[in-house]
Amino acid sequence: MSIEILMPALSPTMEEGTLAKWHVKAGDTVKAGDVIAEIETDKATMEVEAVDEGVIEALLIDAGTENVKVNAVIARLAGEGEPPSASVASRQTPLPPEGGERSASAPPPEGEVSSGAKQPATEGASPMAPKLNGSSGERIFASPLARRLAQAAGIDLKSIAGSGPHGRVIKADVDAARGKAPSAAPAQSGAAPASALPRQHQSLEQQGILAGSYDLVPLDGMRKTIARRMTDSFRDVPHFPLTIDLEIDGLLAARAKINAMLEKDGVKVSVNDLVIKAVAVALGRVPEANASYTPEGIALHHHADIAMAVAIDGGLITPIIRAAETKGLARIATEAKDLATRARDKKLKPEEFQGGTFTVSNMGMMGIRSFASIINEPQACILSVGAGEQRPVVKNGALAIATVMTVTLTCDHRVVDGAIGGRFLSAFKALIEDPLTMIV
Amino acid sequence: MDFDVIIIGSGPGGYVTAIRASQLGLKTAIVERAELGGICLNWGCIPTKALLKSGEVYEQLSHLGDYGLSATGAAFDFGKIIARSRGVAKKMEGGVAFLMKKHKIEVLFGTATLEKGAPTPKVTVALNAGGKRTITGKHVILATGARARTIPAIGLESDGDRVWTYRDALAPKACPKSLIVIGSGAIGVEFASFYRALGAEVTVIEALDRILPVEDEEVSRAAHKAFEKRGLKFRVAAKVTKLSKRKTGVSVALEAGGKAETLEADVAIVAVGITGNVENLGLEALGVTVDRGHVVTDGHGKTNVAGLYAIGDIAGPPWLAHKASHEGVHCVEHIAGLKPSNLNAPIPGCTYSNPQIASVGLTEAAAKAAGHEPKVGRFPFRVNGKAVAAGEIEGFVKTVFDGKTGALLGAHMIGHEVTEMIQGFALAMTLEATEEDLMATVFPHPTMSEAMHEAVLDAYERVLHL
Repeated sequence: MSIEILMPALSPTMEEGTLAKWHVKAGDTVKAGDVIAEIETDKATMEVEAVDEGVIEALLIDAGTENVKVNAVIARLAGEGEPPSASVASRQTPLPPEGGERSASAPPPEGEVSSGAKQPATEGASPMAPKLNGSSGERIFASPLARRLAQAAGIDLKSIAGSGPHGRVIKADVDAARGKAPSAAPAQSGAAPASALPRQHQSLEQQGILAGSYDLVPLDGMRKTIARRMTDSFRDVPHFPLTIDLEIDGLLAARAKINAMLEKDGVKVSVNDLVIKAVAVALGRVPEANASYTPEGIALHHHADIAMAVAIDGGLITPIIRAAETKGLARIATEAKDLATRARDKKLKPEEFQGGTFTVSNMGMMGIRSFASIINEPQACILSVGAGEQRPVVKNGALAIATVMTVTLTCDHRVVDGAIGGRFLSAFKALIEDPLTMIV
Repeated sequence: MDFDVIIIGSGPGGYVTAIRASQLGLKTAIVERAELGGICLNWGCIPTKALLKSGEVYEQLSHLGDYGLSATGAAFDFGKIIARSRGVAKKMEGGVAFLMKKHKIEVLFGTATLEKGAPTPKVTVALNAGGKRTITGKHVILATGARARTIPAIGLESDGDRVWTYRDALAPKACPKSLIVIGSGAIGVEFASFYRALGAEVTVIEALDRILPVEDEEVSRAAHKAFEKRGLKFRVAAKVTKLSKRKTGVSVALEAGGKAETLEADVAIVAVGITGNVENLGLEALGVTVDRGHVVTDGHGKTNVAGLYAIGDIAGPPWLAHKASHEGVHCVEHIAGLKPSNLNAPIPGCTYSNPQIASVGLTEAAAKAAGHEPKVGRFPFRVNGKAVAAGEIEGFVKTVFDGKTGALLGAHMIGHEVTEMIQGFALAMTLEATEEDLMATVFPHPTMSEAMHEAVLDAYERVLHL
């Protein structure tokens, strides 16, 4: 009896992904826990492990295939001790949905299921593999609503892989195929298909650049996501920047003291960690800035879930310090370090970089004095932090030297008006310039 | 690890989750501090339905003439009504005990607290029989449910004597002659309906501008009228400012439309919502995120602590038994690595007053607010053959479709036994049926369910019997 290996969901919202790489080939023997493939979503790459022992009978999806639907059959495994067969698989063996839980949550081998436990018949049934090229007489399983929506949109149901029970095409699949999220439930940032680029492009040749005069780097999932999200945001969100200078000598002195104190624990607090803490506290004082625009109203977030932009190979990603207002500096520093490390290794789970409420982008380490970031939808604000540098300042009518850092808050004007942004920056400035007030 | 899954709380969330876990081959334990089956079986859904049936039968006796019948000496024995209700609960609790045994689920009677452990929190149970036992599991699921919300500052808290919550109202010593019910949600309205059926003078106070505020406005209006016909009194858009106990009874001060008023009665029932049982579990020390009395979870019931999950009432509204079971099954299937059922399936709601109320999906107003252009159909039971024959002509069925796609967005019913019919629309919504499929479905004649069919046809101006 052969076992079907299905495309795993790496997160609750994942609908499709790229099968980046196979680590096995047909004929290989695998045992539970062996890495067999790598899956790439918009922003993360994850390894897929085998949950059963056996011989790889066939790889059904080529490495590098994009937009593979969750639960599509990607390979077939002949059970241990059985000759590889071409027969249709009859048992569903979904891979555990999230890497972090793999060892704990793998379904027990059949022999271990307690004798009193009955597997309902439906679970033994084979999942419908998406049959993209079904012959014309073949029945396509689709909900009535999905049929109607597909017809209205002029989409061939056969071209859609179903995510419902037994591979049934449901409304969500058609919505995704149309590149449009359902109107009543705005899609989460990670859920929209990466392929929906908004503009028709003229080729470079049409624009006068000679063929062969450049190398073409293919767009990977992350690049497509950055392109789509930044274009959508810059075009659709009415944004404006607010800039303010902060004197950070006090902050640097406090940081030195804190780090001396934390040295024994091996924790080192960076200026960016202090900025995150100050942002979280400032959002508590000006909660209107911790917001999202929705057609139903302004969502005021209960927690300051601070996303921090991390440059990684091939792009950037924004892992999130959740409920930063409840966390101490040492914890923020530890979490930030861990998230940044795993971000660079592309080991973040989707829930670790989706769903922040406010973003901090720091380019100080590259000597950038000031810049204005593009809004990270659906968040209403993003703070761009420049380099801390000694500058001449005027104090009491005389020139003096202070360490100054320039920050710029980009605001979504639908939610955050100038006055709100200004109040947030004043609160933030007060906290940064007198860091003791952060703990009050 | 002692177990694959440890479930805390054996209500309809916890015990159903345990059965599903066992079916999936997971070694499962369940911790319960009181009775198996939780509030639902013992102090909620089930015993109230027993009371309401007694009330309904008694009320029917006064309409015997309508059916060409007569009887004399109609009376009730309050103690026996309560005893029957308790007996029903006891029986169902025994059923859960049998199911736990059948599925080889270990039941620990006691109060659980969580402590930090690696990789998942440890569970220490202070056993009801005495002593302590600490167990470990790969996954711990909180299903501790909820309890009546109280507002002690203005006297809205049970004293077990004259001020009741649902729990007291289920097994009082005597039937009150007069009663004030604070809150007109399902719980408030059901008790009001029961005690009114036994002849009590009942006034229901609602802070919002209509009773049953989560229901469709037309249903709220129809319910208000139907209840008033049965002698219930209402104060809507009324704010309770103080509940005070008197020598014999209670007085409730309220403000409505700028005017102050004081009502008096033997007893008051506090039904102003419920709050999650999040206390004394050790959640603070673990750093579990709790928001306004409810544990915050992701799409699969996961909390922010590794290996710790929460399902049902403790994870937030709607506070319904079947929602808890659905979430629990989803959560444990996710744990087992299966592709679980759709967590966002529409969840029907039922109120077992007389007449009954049932609904699923969006109200007409909510559909408009969500940007749909709804097509709405209605059909009254007074022209339905079966309803007329049975003498149950009160109420109607209302359907709300998306005008563009024909998707059924919601359905709302008020009338006799409508709670038994709403699953038809829930099924249609879950399977993504359109108006065409519902029109093409054959509804048996003569049944009250034909009104469902007609309400679909009416939305598309094709109603037959109107």
